[in-house]
Amino acid sequence: MSTILEVNKVVKQYGDYVALNGVSLTVPKGSIYGLLGPNGAGKTSLIRIINQITLPDRGEIILDGEKLQPKHVQYIGYLPEERGLYTTMKVGEQCLYLAQMKGLSKAEAKKQLEYWFERLEIQGWWNKKIQELSKGMAQKIQFVVCVLHKPKLLIFDEPFSGFDPVNATIIKDEILALREEGATIIFSTHRMESVEELCDHIALIHKSNKLIEGKLSDVKRQFKTNSYEVGILSDNVEGLMYDITQKFTVTPANFKSLNNELKLEIQLGSALPNELLQVLTQRGQVTHFVEKIPSVNDIFIQTVSK
Amino acid sequence: MSIISLIIKREFIAKVRNKSFIVMTFLSPLLFVGLAAFVGYLSTMKADTKRIAIHDESGLFAQEFTAINQKNGEYKYLDLSVIDLKFLKDSITNENYEGLLYIPKVESTKDFENKIQFISNNSPSISFIEKVQEVIADKLTKTNFIQAKLDTLAIAKAKANVNISLSKASGEESVKGLNEIKIGIGGAFGYLIMMFIIIYGNMVMRSVIEEKTSRIVEIIISSVKPFQLMMGKIIGTALAGLLQFFIWALIGLSLMFAASLFFGVDVGPTAKLSPELLQAAQQEMTGTAQMYIKELWNLPIASILIGFVIYFIGGYFLYSSFYAAIGAAVDNQTDSQQFLLPIIMPLMLSVYVGFFTVINDPHGTVAVVFSMIPLTSPIVMLMRIPFGVPLWQIAISVTLLFGTFFSVVWFAAKIYRIGILMYGKKPTWGELYKWLKY
Repeated sequence: MSTILEVNKVVKQYGDYVALNGVSLTVPKGSIYGLLGPNGAGKTSLIRIINQITLPDRGEIILDGEKLQPKHVQYIGYLPEERGLYTTMKVGEQCLYLAQMKGLSKAEAKKQLEYWFERLEIQGWWNKKIQELSKGMAQKIQFVVCVLHKPKLLIFDEPFSGFDPVNATIIKDEILALREEGATIIFSTHRMESVEELCDHIALIHKSNKLIEGKLSDVKRQFKTNSYEVGILSDNVEGLMYDITQKFTVTPANFKSLNNELKLEIQLGSALPNELLQVLTQRGQVTHFVEKIPSVNDIFIQTVSK
Repeated sequence: MSIISLIIKREFIAKVRNKSFIVMTFLSPLLFVGLAAFVGYLSTMKADTKRIAIHDESGLFAQEFTAINQKNGEYKYLDLSVIDLKFLKDSITNENYEGLLYIPKVESTKDFENKIQFISNNSPSISFIEKVQEVIADKLTKTNFIQAKLDTLAIAKAKANVNISLSKASGEESVKGLNEIKIGIGGAFGYLIMMFIIIYGNMVMRSVIEEKTSRIVEIIISSVKPFQLMMGKIIGTALAGLLQFFIWALIGLSLMFAASLFFGVDVGPTAKLSPELLQAAQQEMTGTAQMYIKELWNLPIASILIGFVIYFIGGYFLYSSFYAAIGAAVDNQTDSQQFLLPIIMPLMLSVYVGFFTVINDPHGTVAVVFSMIPLTSPIVMLMRIPFGVPLWQIAISVTLLFGTFFSVVWFAAKIYRIGILMYGKKPTWGELYKWLKY
């Protein structure tokens, strides 16, 4: 998989405050790349640099094999966290204006706009002013503005905030569809469940430094502790507990089930799952046996609080 | 279409479509003409004649005053010397006299100089007191002449009237009052520039603040450079402003024209004159008028107009970049006050310097210095140009203006670039300075 965006040891300082301390990222083409980090970590600073809103003090950005330069704005679509449109301008005119700023011709912009309005079923809004629309409706327009010029790279900063579940699902499906059409998506969010659902790559920035980066599955593998959740029906609980505590670390677990079984979380250490299963099957009926995979949320909290 | 012309177009359309802009465009000339008509109407209204009671114990002056009584004059003097002084004093309020002029009986005429009193409830106007003093002084002087056995008629004859006529070294005849006309022309253009800067500079600032508060600015500057956005805004607003000024001038002129047709302006006194008198007066008038018109044509009209265009562009761009930077630095208009004062001050200063210094001494040090300083030169130099300014001075002034303009735009763009992304805090001067270094 080739790389669409490469961030190379980027440093950004505001006065004495270091917002980015030599951050490097590699975003593969066609990926959905989650940029995670607590508030004030430097995510927005980095996104602004990629959008050429601000310049890095040091380091460089490579977009699709070329050093980042002004003409690249047309390849990038940006949905900022602070949403906003001209409140007194009509929706259609506004979208045309913003699309033309991204280098589209007026005719092309109009064609794209009509296509997207139809796709999102908002054809009737053309002559409305933003101030006449609800917040969620305005967000939809903002989404259209962001994708209108068919950018290769889409950057969404908290894309789901402000959407109700119905619209959030629509936007999520659109994001996936855009990826199918060949776009790469970077998205920055606090909502870990959407990262879990959408992202195939993640990077975690904390206190101006990048701490983790990679394929989501690789990162999870890196963070897994080789623990299993076990449910077992046994007549001799004491004997069972004796057997397994000899070999493994055991803590009580909590998961949903229909039976009234014993629920345990067992850390295997260097042992293999089969060794545990052998012990368990001798002592009772195994009803539940699942490897415990760390969630993005776990990884986030674990890394940030270190 | 280039990005900057896109921005200019949007700014222009946004301004022109704005409801308050439309209302102001068509209402202002109406208000202005209406106000002018109202003031005109007020000034034609006759003020009530004020009655002045005179108690003249000397018997010397009362008839001097009653002699100058005019029908419908502003003041009517009543000789009430026969009535008791104390009673008169008490009746000022009851009888609704404006005041009481009390002239006591004195030993020597010398004593009149400081014994005369004017008693009133309201303080009298200076011009009224001066008039009264003049009448008394005239009478006293005449009395003194007679006492000294001088021939008053001979003195009156001997009195000389001097009227210096002005001419230039080139030999042309000149007219008085030309300085006033010159300062009037320069002042009108200078004032126009000031008004334009204040109205449309503010508009630039508001538009920056609007983009900032609506948060759209982040989307826009991810497509264009802040500098392009700022310049587009300034130019677009200027075009809308020029359109508005043009419409104002058009409506104003046609309203004036309509008004003059409707009311029949200025036919009052001349209509009553006999035809012969009128003709004579006209001949005399046209002589002077021709000279004025000749003088007006002799003014450096081309330099005035070219100067106006250059200083208009330079001044407007210079100041509106300040306004744009301020708009970027603050979150709302109330916060902008502290930064606006230093902008308004030089503007006011240049108008004052223009009207007070340039008219007295157009080529004096103060006038020359202020016509060089870039913040004041657009207005002060324009006021000086009608008096004839050496080309080298204009060259220096324009160079300085545009030099400053480019550096200010550079600074303003820096503040703008940082400021538009700063939300939620009111910056201090110190912080603005820090932004310059980012």
